[in-house]
Amino acid sequence: MATDLRSARRAQNWGRLFIYGSLAAMAAFYLMPLWVMIVTSLKSLDEIYSGSFIGLPKAVTFDAWAKAWGTACIGTKCEGLKPYFVNSLVMVIPAVILSSGIGAINGYVLTKWRFKGSNIVFGMLLFGCFLPFQAVILPMAQVLGRLGLSGTIPGLVLVHTVYGIAFTTLFFRNYFITIPDELTKAAQIDGAGFFRIFFSIMLPAALPIIVVSCIWQFTQIWNDFLFGVSFTAGDSTPVTVALNNIVNVTMGRKQYNVDMASAMIAAIPTLVVYVVAGRYFVRGLTAGAVKG
Amino acid sequence: MQKPISLKDRLAAWLPQLVLTPSILAVFVGVYLFIAWTAVISFSSSKMLPRYDFVGLEQYIRLWSTPRWITAVENLFLFTVLFLAITIAVGLFMAILLDQKVRAEGVLRAVYLYPMALSFIVTGTAWKWILNPSLGIQKVVNDLGWHSFVFDWITRPEFAIYCVVIAAVWQSTGFAMAIFLAGLRGIDNSIIKAAQIEGASLTRIYLSIIVPMLRPAFLSVIVLLSYISIKSFDLVLALTNAGPGSATEMPSTFMFSATFRRNQMGVGAASAMMMLMTVAAIIIPYLYSELKEDRNGH
Repeated sequence: MATDLRSARRAQNWGRLFIYGSLAAMAAFYLMPLWVMIVTSLKSLDEIYSGSFIGLPKAVTFDAWAKAWGTACIGTKCEGLKPYFVNSLVMVIPAVILSSGIGAINGYVLTKWRFKGSNIVFGMLLFGCFLPFQAVILPMAQVLGRLGLSGTIPGLVLVHTVYGIAFTTLFFRNYFITIPDELTKAAQIDGAGFFRIFFSIMLPAALPIIVVSCIWQFTQIWNDFLFGVSFTAGDSTPVTVALNNIVNVTMGRKQYNVDMASAMIAAIPTLVVYVVAGRYFVRGLTAGAVKG
Repeated sequence: MQKPISLKDRLAAWLPQLVLTPSILAVFVGVYLFIAWTAVISFSSSKMLPRYDFVGLEQYIRLWSTPRWITAVENLFLFTVLFLAITIAVGLFMAILLDQKVRAEGVLRAVYLYPMALSFIVTGTAWKWILNPSLGIQKVVNDLGWHSFVFDWITRPEFAIYCVVIAAVWQSTGFAMAIFLAGLRGIDNSIIKAAQIEGASLTRIYLSIIVPMLRPAFLSVIVLLSYISIKSFDLVLALTNAGPGSATEMPSTFMFSATFRRNQMGVGAASAMMMLMTVAAIIIPYLYSELKEDRNGH
């Protein structure tokens, strides 16, 4: 009996070792690219070409970061990523606010003011979450041209708002459906109107899902490449397009340290959001898979 | 006094629909009308600019007789199968391990998931550097003393597509893990306990009891990963730029270059319609079943 117990204990120890070993190995694999990006961005070009890849830099230098931010050449201009980073910010802030705001009020109507056909409307909106954008970029380019918005930041804001509504509506609809109807009914009896109920009952209760929606939209729009590369060119491109242009420069000795610093600069905003509010980010990610 | 109140009341009754109207219009135009518009272009002889004539299926015939498109479709198939199989296997493995009451679970989860927050352009840039044979992984292993080690897939047309798989798996495993973990947490612990008392081994319990119970999670992961793989565009562009040659061409990159680089708008529109139909064939039944279950559940 005692030996049985001991061998069981030993098997359990091996099991724990296997579990932690596997988890640690996978963690190393997932962290490796980030590590490589950071250390490469802090090395001098000579050190990189002398064959230093995964190790720490011998001498830390921020030259590559300075160059990526301020002087790297994209096309014929040598102003670094800074103007494009600003473009992305100017694009992402209004697009996030607009799409989340519209999604909130849509979700409210679709749960608390249902009408005949509101389920069909929701179903139609839902397909928009899974639209392959290739199927709409040609007409969108035509329309933006006719509205005088092609190649502009407001044009991108419009596009991201229109195609963001599907997801934000889904978030808010699935959240508001859990708020009991009695609450809104009681408010109605007390004489509160449509907007009054929305602003003083629904919105205050919706804080977590507002965060989810904003984070999701921020990540999606910041990371977008297809719309940026299809609808803008030159000065008005977002940072993802500019990053791709920096990396694809073929002239001269390839500046891997500047490439990696540029990639880090483009990645930092979404990484910061992820570190600060990862919990909400995960909720947004799984919302497409979990029904309300 | 009576009339204005009734007008106000009537307006109030219509207010919800009125508020929803701009969104319905935007989605109707931006999604459904634009799809129809793309379809119209795909039946026309459009090249550099859209032309609204009718040439029947000519562009589709041209599309399917373009070797580049055939490569793209084959690549998509190969990529999707590998990407799904590996992502699901590793994601499920991770989720099961994380579900064994491990320490630092939160930190590990965050580490596995952070790539999902990155742009595919960033991922592509990083992996392009890592897979670079003269300075990347291959060099590191060579320097460690294994001189014959060769890992130059990214420069070889017949292997470059596997590089796209590696980077895509790296980016998306955390996502599969998160959904599986949510599924595992939803399973009643007493079932496992009961099976253990019956004397079943842990592997047995997982394979024959737990995994079958994760069916909804599997469905979600498969559908969402298929969707990611069909629209994967930025990753391919940043990692291999559809090369070497056209070895890693995908439908999404084909559509883009036909339309914006080679002035074949009609062919581009036809390829976009093919992509749309593929996505619709997967997504519509999925949405339908999700919504139906939803209605039954409530």
